[in-house]
Amino acid sequence: MARPVQSDLRTRLQEWIPKIVLAPSVASMLIFVYGFIVFTGYLSFTNSRILPSFDLVGWHNYWRLFQLPTWTIAVQNLAIFASLYIAICIAIGLTLAIFLDQKIRGEGMLRPIFLYPMALSFIVTGTAWKWLLDPGIGIEHTLHLWGWESFHFGWIKSSSMAIYTVVIAAVWQSSGFVMAMFLAGLRGIDNEILKAAQMDGASNWNLYRRIIIPQLRPAFLSAFVILAHLAVKSYDLVIALTGGGPGRATELPATFMYSYTFTRNEMGVGAASAVIMLMTIAAIMIPYLYAELKEPK
Amino acid sequence: MRSYIGRTLKMASVLALVAGSAQAEDVEVLHWWTSGGEAAALNVLKDDLQKEGIGWKDMPVAGGGGQSAMTVLRARVTSGDPPTAVQMLGFDISDWAQQGALADLDKVAADGNWDAVVPAALQKFSKYDGHWVAVPVNVHSTNWVWSNKKMLADLGIEEPKTWDEFIAAMQKVKDSGKIALAAGGQPWQEATMFDGVVLSVGGPEFYKKAFVDLDPDALGGPQMVESFKRMEQLHSFVDPNFSGRDWNLATAMVINGEAAFQMMGDWAKGEFLRAGKEAEVDFGCFRTPGTAGDVTFNSDQFAMFKVGEDAQAAQDAMAKAVMSPSFQIAFNTVKGSVPSRTDVSDEEFDACGKKAMAQLKSASENGTLLGSMAHGHADPASVKNAIYDVVTANFNGDYDAETAAKELVKAVSLAQ
Repeated sequence: MARPVQSDLRTRLQEWIPKIVLAPSVASMLIFVYGFIVFTGYLSFTNSRILPSFDLVGWHNYWRLFQLPTWTIAVQNLAIFASLYIAICIAIGLTLAIFLDQKIRGEGMLRPIFLYPMALSFIVTGTAWKWLLDPGIGIEHTLHLWGWESFHFGWIKSSSMAIYTVVIAAVWQSSGFVMAMFLAGLRGIDNEILKAAQMDGASNWNLYRRIIIPQLRPAFLSAFVILAHLAVKSYDLVIALTGGGPGRATELPATFMYSYTFTRNEMGVGAASAVIMLMTIAAIMIPYLYAELKEPK
Repeated sequence: MRSYIGRTLKMASVLALVAGSAQAEDVEVLHWWTSGGEAAALNVLKDDLQKEGIGWKDMPVAGGGGQSAMTVLRARVTSGDPPTAVQMLGFDISDWAQQGALADLDKVAADGNWDAVVPAALQKFSKYDGHWVAVPVNVHSTNWVWSNKKMLADLGIEEPKTWDEFIAAMQKVKDSGKIALAAGGQPWQEATMFDGVVLSVGGPEFYKKAFVDLDPDALGGPQMVESFKRMEQLHSFVDPNFSGRDWNLATAMVINGEAAFQMMGDWAKGEFLRAGKEAEVDFGCFRTPGTAGDVTFNSDQFAMFKVGEDAQAAQDAMAKAVMSPSFQIAFNTVKGSVPSRTDVSDEEFDACGKKAMAQLKSASENGTLLGSMAHGHADPASVKNAIYDVVTANFNGDYDAETAAKELVKAVSLAQ
C-alpha cells in the first residue's frame, strides 16, 4: 500500500523538478524580454515624452518617425553597414579559415592572433580606430611624418564616407571570430569524402566549391545570425568611433532610438523606432530560421 | 573559509552602516562639470559646505551639454532614489517640475529675498507654478567670440565690430596659414555658434520670433536663410579636422596660438584663466559681431529633488550656500560666468567678467536678455534637438542654406 504511493511521489517529483528549476528563468524571461517588448509596443502608441505616460495617440508616433530625416539616414546607414559588415566578415572569415586549414605550421599561434580582437569590447575597438583614422593624429599623420605627404585618408571626417569607417572597425573586430566558426566547420567534414573526391580527380578548387563549402551551410547560418544581430544592435561602436557624426551622418537605428528616448524627451517616437527595428529583424530572421531549421526533418 | 566569509560580511555591514549614516548629512550632486576650469569652480562649493559639516557625494557624468547626465538622472528618479541636487538647464527644470519630482524651496528663497535679486528672465526657469524649485548658480552667455590677442596683433587685426569685418579678419588669419576659427564639430557647439549668428542677422525681435515663438515664417524666412549662409561662411574658416572635437580642445587651440578665434559661451574663459592667461591682455572677448547690447544667456541651476526628511536640512543648507554672494563671486570668477544675482560687486572679476556683468544688467533692463536656443533656454529638449539636427546638417554640408531653412520649419513642427 505504501510502496505505490512512494513511487508515485517519486515519478511526480521527477516530472516536476525540471519544471520547478526552469520556472524562475522562464518567468524572468517572460517579464524582462517579452513583457518589455509588449510594454515598448504599448509606449509607441502613447504620448510619452520625458517619462512613460499612458495616453494613447494612435499611429501618430510612427507617422512622425517616418517624417524625420534623421530616421531615414539611420535606416540607410544600417542597410549599408549591415550588408557590408556581414558580407565582408564572412568572406574574410572563410578565406582565413581555408588558409589555416592547409595544415600549416604555427596554426596554434595564428588562430588566437586572429581571434583576439573579439575579446575587446566595441568601445575599445571604436576608440582605437577613432585615433587611427583621425587625420590629425592617426594613419594619415604618421605617413605624412614618414614622408608620404600626398597621402590622404579622411573618411571619418566626411559625411558621405564616415559610415564605411564603422564597417572597417567592425570587420576588424569580428572577422576572426567568423574564421573560428568556419574552421570548426571545416574540421568537422568527413575526410573519407574528400579522399574519395581526390581519387576521382577533383581539383582543389572544385573540392572547395562543390564539396566543402556546401557542407559548411550550418556555419554560414550561425555566422549570419550572429553577425546580423550584432549589426542591428551595434550602438557602442558608433558612439565611440564617431559619436553619430559628422553631423548625423553615422546615426544608426540603435543610436537614434537611444537619443530620442533618453536625451530628446521623445519616448514615444523612440519606442516606435524600437518596434520598427524589432519588426525588421523578425521579417529577415524568422523565414530564414524557419527554412534552415526545418530542413533536417 | 567560514571565518573569512564571516569577516567579509561583518566588514560589509560596517561599511553599509558608515555609508548609511553618512548619507543623512551628505548632499549628492549630479553634474557634468568635469573639465579643469569647471571642476575647480565646483570645489569652491564643496569646501563651503564642508565648513558647515555637510559632506559632498560627487556624481560627475561627463559630457558637455549634460545629455549623459540626464540619462543617469532618469534612471535614478524612476527607481525612486533621486540625488539631492542636479545641475540642470532651462526647460529641463520645468519638465522635471511638471513630473512633480522637484522640492519646494520657497522658505529658503523668502529668507534670502531671492525674488528681488535674481533677474526675471532667470526666475522663469528657477520657478515652477510660482514656487522656487531650483537655485541658479551662474549666468553664462553664448554670443561671445574669444580671440588670441597676440596673434591678432601680429597680423594687425583690429577687434571686428561688424560681421563683414569679422569675416575679413578671419580671411586674413587664414591667408597667414593659421586656423581662423577653432570649432568643435558636435551638434551643440555648432548650435552655440548659431545662437550668435541668428542674433547678428535678425536682432532680438527676430530671434524671439524664430526660437521662442517658433513662428514658421521666421524659421523659414529670408533672414534664416541668411543665417545659414553665415554658418557656411564660418564653416569655410574651420580646419578640416574639426568634427567631433571637444569644446575645451578647441579653446586650447586659441590658447596655444594655433587658432585665432573661437565662438563659444563664456565657460571657455575658465579654460583661458586656468592656462594662466589674462583677460584683454592675452586673450580678448567680444560679442559676436552684430549682437552688441544683446545677451543670449543660459543659466546653470541646481534643481533640488524631493528627498526624505532626514536629507531636507542638508538640501536647504546647500540651496542657501549656492545663493550666498561670497560663493557666487568665488564660483563665477573661476568658472567664467557671472553671478545669478545682480546685487554683487564686480570688483573681483576680470575685464571680461566686468564687461559681461554690465552687459547682463543693461540687457536685462532693455529686454534684450534672451534665452539661448542652443542651451535649452528658448525651447524644450525635443525642439532644441530638432533645430540641432538641421544646424549640424547645414554646417556639415548636407543642406544648403535654402534647404536648411525649409527643413528647419518641418523639423520644428514635427517636434512640437
